[in-house]
Amino acid sequence: MTPQRSSRTRRIAGAALVVAALTATAACGGGSKDGKEGGDGKAAGFNAAVKGIANPSVKKGGTLKFIGKQDFDSTDPQRQYYGFAWDFSRFYSRQLVSYAPKPGPAGAELVPDLAKAKGVVSNDGKTYTYELRDGITWEDGTPVTSQDIKYGIERTWASDVITGGPAYLRQVLDPKNEYKGPYKDTSPDKLGLKAVQTPDAKTIVFNLAKPNGDFEQMLAMPAGSPVKKEKDTGAKYQLKPFSSGPYKFESYSPKKGAVLVRNDKWQKASDPIRAALPDKITVTVNSNIEAIDELLIKGDYDLDMNATGMSQAGRTKALQKHKANVDNIETSFIRYVDIASKVKPFDNVECRKAVIYAADYKSMQTVRGGPEAGGDIATNMLPKSIKGSDDYDPYGILARDGKPDVAKAKAALKACGKPDGFSTNISARSNNPGEVQTAEALQQSLQAVGIKAEVEAIDGAESSTITGSPAVVKQRGLGLVMTGWGPDFPTGQGFSQPLVDGRFIAPNGNYNVSETNDPKINKLFDDALQETDADKAGEIYKEMNHAVSDRAAQMPFIYEKNFTWRSSRLTNAYSTAAYNGRYDYVSLGVVK
Amino acid sequence: MTNLGKAGTSGPVLAPGEVGAPGSAAPTAFLEVRDLKVHFPTDDGLVKSVDGLSFQLERGKTLGIVGESGSGKSVTSLGIMGLHTAGQYGRRKARISGEVWLDGQELLGADPDRVRRLRGRNMAMIFQDPLSALHPYYTIGKQIVEAYRVHHKVDKKTARKRAVEMLDRVGIPQPDKRVDSYPHEFSGGMRQRAMIAMSLVNNPELLIADEPTTALDVTVQAQILDLIRDLQKEFGSAVIVITHDLGVVAELADDILVMYGGRCVERGPAEKVFYEPQHPYTWGLLGSMPRVDRDQTERLIPVKGSPPSLINIPDGCAFNPRCPYADVPEKNATRTVRPDLRPAGDRHFSACHMATEDRTRIWTEEIAPKL
Amino acid sequence: MLAYVIRRLFAVAMMLLVVTLTTFVIFFVLPKWAGSDPAYLFAGKQTDPAAIEGIRQKLGLADPVLVQFWNFVQGLIVGREYTNGADVTNCPAPCFGYSFRTEQDVWPQLTEAIPVTLSLAAGACLLWVVGGVAAGVVSALRRGTLWDRAAMTVALAGVSLPIYFTGLLSLAVFSYQLDWVGGEYAPLEEDFAQWFQTLVLPWITLAFLYAAMYARLTRATMLEVMGEDYIRTARAKGLTERVVIGRHAMRSTWTPVLTLLGLDIGALLGGAVLTESTYNLPGLGRLAIDSIGTKDLPVILGVTLVAALFICVANLLVDLLYAVIDPRVRIG
Repeated sequence: MTPQRSSRTRRIAGAALVVAALTATAACGGGSKDGKEGGDGKAAGFNAAVKGIANPSVKKGGTLKFIGKQDFDSTDPQRQYYGFAWDFSRFYSRQLVSYAPKPGPAGAELVPDLAKAKGVVSNDGKTYTYELRDGITWEDGTPVTSQDIKYGIERTWASDVITGGPAYLRQVLDPKNEYKGPYKDTSPDKLGLKAVQTPDAKTIVFNLAKPNGDFEQMLAMPAGSPVKKEKDTGAKYQLKPFSSGPYKFESYSPKKGAVLVRNDKWQKASDPIRAALPDKITVTVNSNIEAIDELLIKGDYDLDMNATGMSQAGRTKALQKHKANVDNIETSFIRYVDIASKVKPFDNVECRKAVIYAADYKSMQTVRGGPEAGGDIATNMLPKSIKGSDDYDPYGILARDGKPDVAKAKAALKACGKPDGFSTNISARSNNPGEVQTAEALQQSLQAVGIKAEVEAIDGAESSTITGSPAVVKQRGLGLVMTGWGPDFPTGQGFSQPLVDGRFIAPNGNYNVSETNDPKINKLFDDALQETDADKAGEIYKEMNHAVSDRAAQMPFIYEKNFTWRSSRLTNAYSTAAYNGRYDYVSLGVVK
Repeated sequence: MTNLGKAGTSGPVLAPGEVGAPGSAAPTAFLEVRDLKVHFPTDDGLVKSVDGLSFQLERGKTLGIVGESGSGKSVTSLGIMGLHTAGQYGRRKARISGEVWLDGQELLGADPDRVRRLRGRNMAMIFQDPLSALHPYYTIGKQIVEAYRVHHKVDKKTARKRAVEMLDRVGIPQPDKRVDSYPHEFSGGMRQRAMIAMSLVNNPELLIADEPTTALDVTVQAQILDLIRDLQKEFGSAVIVITHDLGVVAELADDILVMYGGRCVERGPAEKVFYEPQHPYTWGLLGSMPRVDRDQTERLIPVKGSPPSLINIPDGCAFNPRCPYADVPEKNATRTVRPDLRPAGDRHFSACHMATEDRTRIWTEEIAPKL
Repeated sequence: MLAYVIRRLFAVAMMLLVVTLTTFVIFFVLPKWAGSDPAYLFAGKQTDPAAIEGIRQKLGLADPVLVQFWNFVQGLIVGREYTNGADVTNCPAPCFGYSFRTEQDVWPQLTEAIPVTLSLAAGACLLWVVGGVAAGVVSALRRGTLWDRAAMTVALAGVSLPIYFTGLLSLAVFSYQLDWVGGEYAPLEEDFAQWFQTLVLPWITLAFLYAAMYARLTRATMLEVMGEDYIRTARAKGLTERVVIGRHAMRSTWTPVLTLLGLDIGALLGGAVLTESTYNLPGLGRLAIDSIGTKDLPVILGVTLVAALFICVANLLVDLLYAVIDPRVRIG
């Protein structure tokens, strides 16, 4: 068949562009087609879902149609980790507390969901007590009990079966990992987890080993969802999760798609969060990234479930012809480079600083798509949606407009004892679009001050055993590790602790790649966790973030933005800080 | 199918070359070829494979056309059959002119479909290599049945019976079994018998055998020649045997036509051509003919040199570059003037510049004793 | 003949065993040497050693490779059980493995994907054989004419244009712009119209790519065959030109076409990766690329095996068909 070509990807991209150009030309002649493209609704305008709520409506009915290249990592609430899966999961699973259905930063606020009110916290900050609402039911009509919530949470302890999900609740409730999970639980009701008590079906009490001001954030994750023991099929639960929310799975076929229909046992009165407007929700997985954008523009689907931004061809076409359907969303995602402090010469802070001064942020931004499709130049490691963030810029990056500061870089090199520069490696994930090219841009700017950096492309799927292994990082001399990060929950702990708390350094699956282990920073995290007042905690995180910047442990370069398609049929669309700037899926509706 | 046998063939088999110019009246002979020309345009020039050939043939008689490869003898037969354009798709088409009269019908100017209907029924052909001439993927029976049914509206069963009958007739043992064999399951001789059976399945009035024995073992050759002769007697067909081997025509032919460079250089009754040959080329052919009654060592006098290019046929007599007697006639005539066919005896013609007495002298004194 | 088929089937089985072992080594042994651990791929973002150990046990990654291989082969024949004490997963025979990504047996995933790929291959194949051979025959019979040159130029274009170009272009025009076709694949037995609608573009695109090769091959073969003695014989019998070409020349032309067809169909069934990805068809190629993307090793192994099986069977069928077409090919 077609011979293997070295520059295949480039050719594919080229072909896609040609096709896009051709269709754009064709479209100019024909104009938009009536009925389908515009739907019955009206495009709400450029950035309508960023500035506020696009097409506010309470009208029910219709089918909300998601499309995406990537399927859910899992539909099992305790096994999900993908951001879009968490966003989507609110359709069929409820938690004690969840995020307020509000646009922008207000969406990050926690409000009671299954619980009548937010948790009653004991004075020592270690006990959280909740009382459940009336009228909360499973899809079979039986009430959701406190035991169901405990059982669901217990499942995360069975980490060999319930793989993939976050471990926060485990770490906070049972840091010594004494409980073995419900499948190995010897107690008759399988509710052997001591840290959680269910005095009656309406009450649940959590006993934390140590206070953690973000505990409710952890409960708000899908991992905090109830699971009815009789319906738990273990690893296979994800093929048909049992719904506690307004929709239930009619079908789910991994890697193909899903259909959700109304759960008629769900009672609106019991749920202050979920608007539940559409009658039906479909999810379609499509392997062709170009096709996804085209089908969205054509009007066959309403939005990209993955919400990772439109492809270059799609966004060009969309911005040209349907700008009113596009949002330029600022995510909570930061693109950055870990500077591995255990890889020489980065053990010396001056050598780390030299990289930051020598880097051409502007060119890296351009490679990532410019200020709109790529994002704004980052100056520090806290995204704007998180309390404690500010525009701290100790290296004057904005002042120099993202351009390299060669003089300061050379000075730093001299201070580091490497006036002529040095050699190192930059790792970049080959399956992450644009990352290798961005690393090459960095490589070029470092060259100017004598830092010779080889770009090493690695398989992103393997990163937990390459860049996630301090031993491998050291052995392969990966001084600079290019990557990206979004918060698991919108606080300083949720974003920064795995990255810079020295006690999080792990032999495998490590995210503190810079191996920052600064007692001062570690202590700031402890202090912040003791704090139950979010604003006060924010102040501490600000201090923490400044300390991280001053250490030059990481080199953030982009606060990521992307262009997202919003069909004209969509109502109630708004970008929420709770889900990294994605639309709040559970509030969406469609005009019929 | 009429089977006239040898009846009514008292007249001359061959007419003088001067007779039968194109456009003249319908002929009297069963097969009459008049001034046949078959030219193939190629990138290198015009290949004049056949360049003005005329002859007549009656039912029940056999004509042997003899010549080296490339002398135009096979093209002549294909021209008569209307197969000279076969395999010529898209290339520049062969040019054919002259007249071919078969049983009162002119073929060259006729509707191709009418000629096709005559092919296989009124005129049939046997090819040199039966292995390649039979389709390798179909059974012998199928191929014979096909040949029969294209001209006869009969069912398959009848046609198959006919095929078995024909195989039996040509001497294939157990014909009812062998009818279902594939060509590759036959020996060479059996294949040629099958080929003959296929050719004769429609009782053709004209049978053209193009080098029918060349691909066969010597012992089988004789059997096949006997078979053709027997069948001709039985069916009374007119037969044209095309060969480079005078030995073959010696067995079969009533008349012989010697071709050289696309033209006829000598023709006449077989005994005349064999015993009083009038052309140096014929002498050469006779000299290279294996004879069992002669000593091997003194026998072979091959024709020196190679056949002429059909694109650049030598001026004058086409044979002159190879002719040992080219200087015998008066100066330069052989190299400038193309000799016409001239009578050299009763129904015997040759195209040579030498005077008859010279030729007779050279034959009787120089050539005949060596043969 | 029967003995031959049995012998060939045995050879196919041995071949598959070797493919299995090789795939096993590539996906389960080599990564280990390279320092990668499949268990981590399943463990997720936040993991602990107990989880890794449990996953290893359940996947059987803790066992020596040969034991893993034996378990796999055994599973194929009698089925097997995946367990780490806490969780038991039954995988009935033929157990091609168990996907820890989707928590599904591999075999049903394969059986779901195979009809899609078969539909794609069968339709495209029919189109390209009919189209390619017809174009080739006409070109051969009209050699040198405008038709011939035009057909061969189009054929050259077909061979040279990659599927991701023609695919995207066809989608852009017929799906996004004209809206003639679209939607998601539906199985033939469920919704014929939808099945046809989603397949017609890939059929044509694939057929265009392959027809080109077949046209050129047919043309060359046809030209050669038309010069054969037995074609002259057929004409000498008085057969019409249609019979001469249709019955006598075509029969011989099929042989090389069939050889190529066997290879192409085998390869196509094994993974029309680009086509299926471009047109979003949930066939084997899509399954392969998806599972490679998510490092879903059992599925990769299953798809590889099925692909190998298809290629072997296609070759066997071609060899058997040879004997049907050409009686000179003796089988035994």
